[in-house]
Amino acid sequence: MWEYTDKVQQHFLTPQNVGEIEKPSGTGNVGSLACGDALKLTLKIDANDIITDAKFKTFGCASAIASSSVLTEMVKGMPVDEAAKITNEDIALALGGLPKEKMHCSVMGREALEAAIADYRGLKLPMAEGEVVCECFGVTDVEIVRAIKESSLRSVEEITNFTKAGGGCGKCEEKLRKILQETVSGATPFTIPEMKPKRMTSLQKIKKIEEVLDREIRPGLKKDGGDIELVDVDGDFVIVSLRGACKSCHKSQTTIKEYVERKLRELVLDSLIVEEEN
Amino acid sequence: MTPNDKVIYMDNNATTRVAPEVVAAMMPYLEESYGNPSSMHTFGGQVGMAIKEARRKVAGLLGAEPGEIIFTSCGTESDSSAILSALRTYPEKRHIVTTRVEHPAVKNLCENLETITGHKYRVTRLKVDGEGMLDMAEYEAALTEDTAIVSVMWANNETGVIFPVPEMARMAKARGILFHTDAVQAVGKIPIDLKSLDIDFLSLSGHKLHAPKGVGVLYIKRGRLFVPFLNGGHQEHGRRGGTENVASIVALGRACELAREKMVEENSRVKKLRDKLEEGLLAEIPKSILNGHKTARLPNTANISFEFVEGEAILLHMNQHRICASSGSACTSGSLEPSHVLRAMGVPFTAAHGSIRFSLSVYNTEEEIDFVLAKMPVIIESLRKLSPFWKG
Repeated sequence: MWEYTDKVQQHFLTPQNVGEIEKPSGTGNVGSLACGDALKLTLKIDANDIITDAKFKTFGCASAIASSSVLTEMVKGMPVDEAAKITNEDIALALGGLPKEKMHCSVMGREALEAAIADYRGLKLPMAEGEVVCECFGVTDVEIVRAIKESSLRSVEEITNFTKAGGGCGKCEEKLRKILQETVSGATPFTIPEMKPKRMTSLQKIKKIEEVLDREIRPGLKKDGGDIELVDVDGDFVIVSLRGACKSCHKSQTTIKEYVERKLRELVLDSLIVEEEN
Repeated sequence: MTPNDKVIYMDNNATTRVAPEVVAAMMPYLEESYGNPSSMHTFGGQVGMAIKEARRKVAGLLGAEPGEIIFTSCGTESDSSAILSALRTYPEKRHIVTTRVEHPAVKNLCENLETITGHKYRVTRLKVDGEGMLDMAEYEAALTEDTAIVSVMWANNETGVIFPVPEMARMAKARGILFHTDAVQAVGKIPIDLKSLDIDFLSLSGHKLHAPKGVGVLYIKRGRLFVPFLNGGHQEHGRRGGTENVASIVALGRACELAREKMVEENSRVKKLRDKLEEGLLAEIPKSILNGHKTARLPNTANISFEFVEGEAILLHMNQHRICASSGSACTSGSLEPSHVLRAMGVPFTAAHGSIRFSLSVYNTEEEIDFVLAKMPVIIESLRKLSPFWKG
């Protein structure tokens, strides 16, 4: 059984804005019956480029329906330019998080929104121009590269969780690995190459981890009234302790795994495993 | 009243309620009679007698001799033990015949035997047709000099479809090939009489027939060579090392005794409830399809696809009404593709993603069937209203 947040349950059991807008300003159709999920999003946009109405129809599991429902709530009343900036992470966050195997549901929401906006603007989506890498689910290289960059994906498994690519016959696994390598080594704006030496002494590791905690992680946690402390570094195991508001937050495991660990892997060493102190 | 009293449990192919009689039978072996059956003292020895009694009861349900029964930890262990023993018994033979719709316990073992050994072993996976049935001509042709063992499930866990295992075992024997059947879903639901059959190995699992989880049986026909899977002490006559799971073994014995008593009810009252549920759903809900053969099927199982809606979503709505069932949809498995059984049957994706398996037991009542029949059309309709593919 999946662990869904209350927010997911709520949007699944009582979905908002179900249906289709007649004469929509823009329509986004993504997914298919064969894939197991599909979403049709219709938008009404006024003369000032404000989204005045949004409706959806979704075939899929609870998280697909919840992602669609929350998305329509998010975009209503939003200027198109701003809606275009919504990422799948924003959708997942609005639901209080999704199980990692279900992240592709939030990606589907973002794709439908993009398609609807492109339709409104009379543009062609870049996705359609890419080369299909995963034939089972019809995922293109353009979509995969984008997911890797936007969500800082670091393994083939993560690519599958976010885009479904590789989740069928598995024949494209090597291709995915290659795309991942190329994309990660090319994504210089976010990483400083000399910060990722292959071997580090424990002292170097601790110093780097402290640096990253200070610069990248603490400011975000402090905004929410929390904090984090480095307790120990044992080989690749990084033991941390959450403080303040984070300590009592039931999302703390998610914070540690999805946020702290990902950042440390990205900026210090990709083999690090972050655990909370007992 | 406990919260579970209100649960409408129709997921008995996943696991079953432990029968109250079974709980009563096993409790003394968790409390006062904690001795080791291998001990010399009477305190342990009497526990050994209880295991002997359980073995007799299991054999009674299967039409076997007590000496042909070994207790294991689960169905999966029994499956692995049988297949690996056959391969060790005939090291020169490198071929296995099985089907495309086996439970992962056999399916993944066979896959590993191919890949991990660098394709030292060859596996033939028999096809099934749209109703989930095998082609006997294909089976006959698959049996070769090189075949070490045939492993075919007696009844399918997802659809309940029953394979002609007695006939298939006869054909294997005629070619001098060992025959194993994973009968986890069949035992207790259909009559089995092993002494009149050519089955060499049979696996069963306690928790599918109202005994607890963590106990299984491997039947080994008298006279067949057997190489143990677990080596260790002399338990189970040296065929399965490890101190016996006494309480659960006693429980399984009692459960087999009960299953024998309730076999008629399973095939009459339970079957009638299943038929009422199935016919009602197919009649009330448009675009719903039965998966699997209409008659060559377990009396308790109905697998129905509701087109254009997704299984996980259906299950979660059912969960709101405390109705428990399963689905073959991709989303429920954690993988991204729907059930390998339904795909092997050629069930279209539109239907596979929306498949729901109802599996009943003697504990289900007519009121429960009526409740489910009242709720399901509403659930399916509400989800279809959301579906972009539904033109209702």
